[in-house]
Amino acid sequence: MTKSADRTPKIDVRVTQIVDVTSEIKRFRFEPTDGKPLPVFAGGAHVVVEMEDGDTLRRNPYSLMSSPGATDAYNISVRRDPGGRGGSMFMHDRVTVGSLLRLSHPVNLFPIDRRARKHLLFAGGIGITPTLAMMSELARYGDAFELNYAVRSENDGAYLDQLRNTYGKRVSIYRDDQGEQIPLTTLLAAQPLGTHLYVCGPGGMMNWVLSTAEGLGWPAQNLHSERFLAPPSGSPYEVRLAASDLSIKVGPHQSMLEAIEAAGVDAPYLCRGGACGQCETRVISFDGTLLHNDHYLTDDEHAGGQKVMPCVSRFEGRELVLDR
Amino acid sequence: MTIEFNTETFRGDFTYHNSAEAIARFPFPFPEDKYMYSVNIEPHVSFRPGSVYEHPFDVDEHYVSEVADRALVLNEDPLRSQSLPHMNLAGWDLLELLMTNLSESYPQWFELHQDGDRWHWINRPLGIDDTFTFLDNTTLPYGPMEYIMRQTQGDYALLDQRDDNLWMDAGVITTQADWSLDFDIGMNFMEWHGPVPLAHELGVFERALKFLLNLRQGQPVRRLNWTMTVHPRLDTSPENYAKWGVDRATVTPENAGEYMYLRVELQSLWRLPRSNAIVFPIRCYLISLQDLVTIPKWGRRLHRVLRDLPDELADYKGLTMTRPSVLQYLSQFDDGAQTSAGTFPD
Ligand code: FES
Repeated sequence: MTKSADRTPKIDVRVTQIVDVTSEIKRFRFEPTDGKPLPVFAGGAHVVVEMEDGDTLRRNPYSLMSSPGATDAYNISVRRDPGGRGGSMFMHDRVTVGSLLRLSHPVNLFPIDRRARKHLLFAGGIGITPTLAMMSELARYGDAFELNYAVRSENDGAYLDQLRNTYGKRVSIYRDDQGEQIPLTTLLAAQPLGTHLYVCGPGGMMNWVLSTAEGLGWPAQNLHSERFLAPPSGSPYEVRLAASDLSIKVGPHQSMLEAIEAAGVDAPYLCRGGACGQCETRVISFDGTLLHNDHYLTDDEHAGGQKVMPCVSRFEGRELVLDR
Repeated sequence: MTIEFNTETFRGDFTYHNSAEAIARFPFPFPEDKYMYSVNIEPHVSFRPGSVYEHPFDVDEHYVSEVADRALVLNEDPLRSQSLPHMNLAGWDLLELLMTNLSESYPQWFELHQDGDRWHWINRPLGIDDTFTFLDNTTLPYGPMEYIMRQTQGDYALLDQRDDNLWMDAGVITTQADWSLDFDIGMNFMEWHGPVPLAHELGVFERALKFLLNLRQGQPVRRLNWTMTVHPRLDTSPENYAKWGVDRATVTPENAGEYMYLRVELQSLWRLPRSNAIVFPIRCYLISLQDLVTIPKWGRRLHRVLRDLPDELADYKGLTMTRPSVLQYLSQFDDGAQTSAGTFPD
């Protein structure tokens, strides 16, 4: 068993179904091993899936896509990412029906805003997963919504038929290979007052949607986005943990947070994707370059070099000392 | 646990009383002989069977009478229960949280049977047996929050989370220590914490807010807060200041043991799953000083804490007028002996 200092409550689950959704995307169904109901969650929530891969304990966040009321099982979808750090490959190649995994309780960093008169959803690629749970919830409560979903092609798009059949005209699908593009400016201009916008997808798409909306004068509190970052890979480096009096090595495909955890040091986290702020750590000193990859700290804080978000950020140089 | 529910009042003739068992399990809030304002937040996990920390939501001998007192307040002043329209779902979250926990903690008193969205709720101490449809407001006599709050001890505030802040957008507040839902509704975290002296300078609220914004489902937290009240009056609201403010002038060293009550709030914070709101239960426990000093450690310690309390905190807690009488009364029970660490009786 890989050493972990994380003492947050966990849910033990068994994989009971694996479905090939597209050539790159698989859907996994998890059922609790103790047979007790799973915690209720809301659209937009994710769980952190723990995978024991030899000596490495991988922890990847995945959005829950099942119906929020269903407590007998959770569903997630995973896109195969050969260039990534290995979590998605592990899920695709090593996890089978019957595998045992461990989940965190659901966390929602992308909640529906209940003040909205209408919900305008944008999804790109695998970013569709939180949107699926949000829509099933909005439909249940009878709230007004529409989805604009960009995919590479008919074959690469996940859940296209299901979406068309369930939601009809409330869903518009745009296929890149057919030259179809979201008519963003027209769409945004046509929305009733009190509309809230949600976007989840690749970074480029999110920036495009959010900056266009801002440019058209949408108030910041009406804009919601889910920005999960996979921690990037890089050269290995060493970190000194002053409070724990330890020196640790961070491997090329390991995040600083994973290395801290592997050393048995309890470190806070929620999203593991540079968005929530929970893992913020004070930098005592450094000689080199901090590679900030998070969305949480401000530009000034990035430049200041006093704080780092170890779930996604890296370091290059001679020495980094953290207050941890 | 078999307990009998007291028949007692929190107004008028004030027949409120604690049994010996209730005194022994009182949540005395001072782990040492001095008090400092701090973010004393810890995980709300079960410990010490029989204590107020055993169950997620404690039900004690005052349950039936407290609920009756709440009904009186709500009838006189319906604004003590408010919910902005976007908080309806959070109200259902709260109803679910309480019904599932109460029926698990106290199966002899509460039962919940769920058949899909058809829910059957039995509350034996209050003689309630209702069937309703989950998430359908028309199947309950009140909104979901008020329905379950009329069966619950303690005040509850529902905090909506948006724009990186928390907003008090719903609640049922009938037992509050001098703050007003009608005044605070719709305010954000920093605004409703406005008046606490010292705490702002210490950056306590900035840190607390950051912590709460990241509060996780399944990992509730708790803290204790305290003040003192003349008589076991639950409803010391600003709206009713005329009724209770004058009581302070009647306290003397001779009657302080009988008149003065230590008032402790067990506050907890829970992330709600459907609405992503936070619920903030504030459960109030009252004990007269004459009952409190039957635990020698508590008598000694309370004397020292109050004696050394900075004036601005005493003022904030409304103790300035009564403190001299209280200290004179308590000094008889402080022989200067050392006290043991922690809050529980020796
Ligand atoms: S864990 Fe969320 S920012 Fe690092």
